[in-house]
Amino acid sequence: MLKILKYSFYDLIRSRWTYSYGGFYLLFTLSLLWLSNDLSKVVISLMNVVLLLCPLIATMFGVMYYYNSREFTELLLAQPVRRTSIFLGQYLGVAGSLSASWIIGVGVPFALYGVFGSEQAGNFAMLLFVGVVLSFVFSAMAFFIALKNENRIKGFGLAILAWLFFAVIYDGLLLLSLSLLTEYPLEKFSLIASMLNPIDLSRILILLKLDVSALMGFTGAVFRKFLGTGLGMGVAFAVLGLWVVGPVMGIRRVAGRKDF
Amino acid sequence: MISIHHLHKAFGKNHVLNGVDLTFDTPGIVAVLGPNGSGKTTIIKSILGMVLPDEGTIKVQGEDIKGKWLYRNQIAYLPQIARFPENLTVAELLRMVKDLNTGTAHDAELIEHFGLHDFLDKRLGNLSGGTRQKVNLVLTFMYDCPIIILDEPTAGLDPISLVRLKELINKQRMKGKTILITTHVMGLVEELADEVVFLLEGHIHFRGSLQQLKSQTGEGNVERAIASLLAKLPSC
Repeated sequence: MLKILKYSFYDLIRSRWTYSYGGFYLLFTLSLLWLSNDLSKVVISLMNVVLLLCPLIATMFGVMYYYNSREFTELLLAQPVRRTSIFLGQYLGVAGSLSASWIIGVGVPFALYGVFGSEQAGNFAMLLFVGVVLSFVFSAMAFFIALKNENRIKGFGLAILAWLFFAVIYDGLLLLSLSLLTEYPLEKFSLIASMLNPIDLSRILILLKLDVSALMGFTGAVFRKFLGTGLGMGVAFAVLGLWVVGPVMGIRRVAGRKDF
Repeated sequence: MISIHHLHKAFGKNHVLNGVDLTFDTPGIVAVLGPNGSGKTTIIKSILGMVLPDEGTIKVQGEDIKGKWLYRNQIAYLPQIARFPENLTVAELLRMVKDLNTGTAHDAELIEHFGLHDFLDKRLGNLSGGTRQKVNLVLTFMYDCPIIILDEPTAGLDPISLVRLKELINKQRMKGKTILITTHVMGLVEELADEVVFLLEGHIHFRGSLQQLKSQTGEGNVERAIASLLAKLPSC
């Protein structure tokens, strides 16, 4: 698996797409830092972009990479390698190169502005972490969907739909249900519902870290109370972990049964 | 070497293989022929474990291949379409395949043989179709495997490389290897094959030597012989 990972990573870090993706973050972060010297504001602005963009790009990239390397995968399948290692290796290559673009694109400007050693270092680390996790979650989902669907257009459509669901539709449904059920105590419900969406969970983790949860009103206080504890944080990280593990297990299962 | 017993495979409602029994146990070149969609590639991919059969067993060197992967060490496979990661160079691709296999690779002589020296540092995405097929051939013949499977080996090759390829195949035959070839080029069959397997609608319709094929159909060349095999079918 590590060998496959190594070479798909080599392949990907030389692709134009990886460069443009990293370059975009670089320029974007630099211009944000140039406009405002308040690091915590920049972290929040970046968060708003990243929560949508990281998942979107990871989804597109994952699907594209899988379909583009299909013939090459066939060649690998004829080698004495275990099936699941091929797909997990490729997946980790995609997720790894996306994370590398993200870390370098955002990390370099922040490092130049001296984030390390300032009191914003922790918040920034959380932002970086969340971007990496979201890349891993959504590229795994994309790989799983692509493996399931032989038809590229259908695969692409479903993957984008999955992204749209988690990025937009889920929140809409959540808000709708909250406003319809205002009569009932909904703290637990909204807490659990937010936990079940990796994008929402990431947003909450950053906001809590930034200590601006007061902005979220009463629910924010509930979140603060739960996630402020060691247990709450542990649960949040575990759920994020599950969001990676789940699709990866799916990839393993589908890859083991598929005909090529 | 390879024994296939009662192999069934359906893709959805499309029954591609209906109980194929085949054994390849003598060294030599076997041409697997048949019209498009007759199941040639499916058989080959089943042997390689890329297609998982619905029913039946496949043994390679006496070992059931189900769920195994190390046995692929013993099979060299040339896929039909050659497409590689665009941003890797030829040399890196070779290194990767060498990384995945054990044993000594004879890539240097093959690179010489196909004149690929100037392409080693080029990105695979920038190579022409024929050059990519040559890279593919180098990857296939790099290791000394007792079984060689070639799926449409002549696709996109220029005449010189074609001659080189035939030399190469003949050299492997001399070493006593079992070689399976699927092709639509009957000239190649006539020139190389010791034996012919003719597949039709998921069944083995004919198996025998070139001589037998010709005498059974009363035709002078393979192309006509195959045509007359097809003509005898009621459905055609």
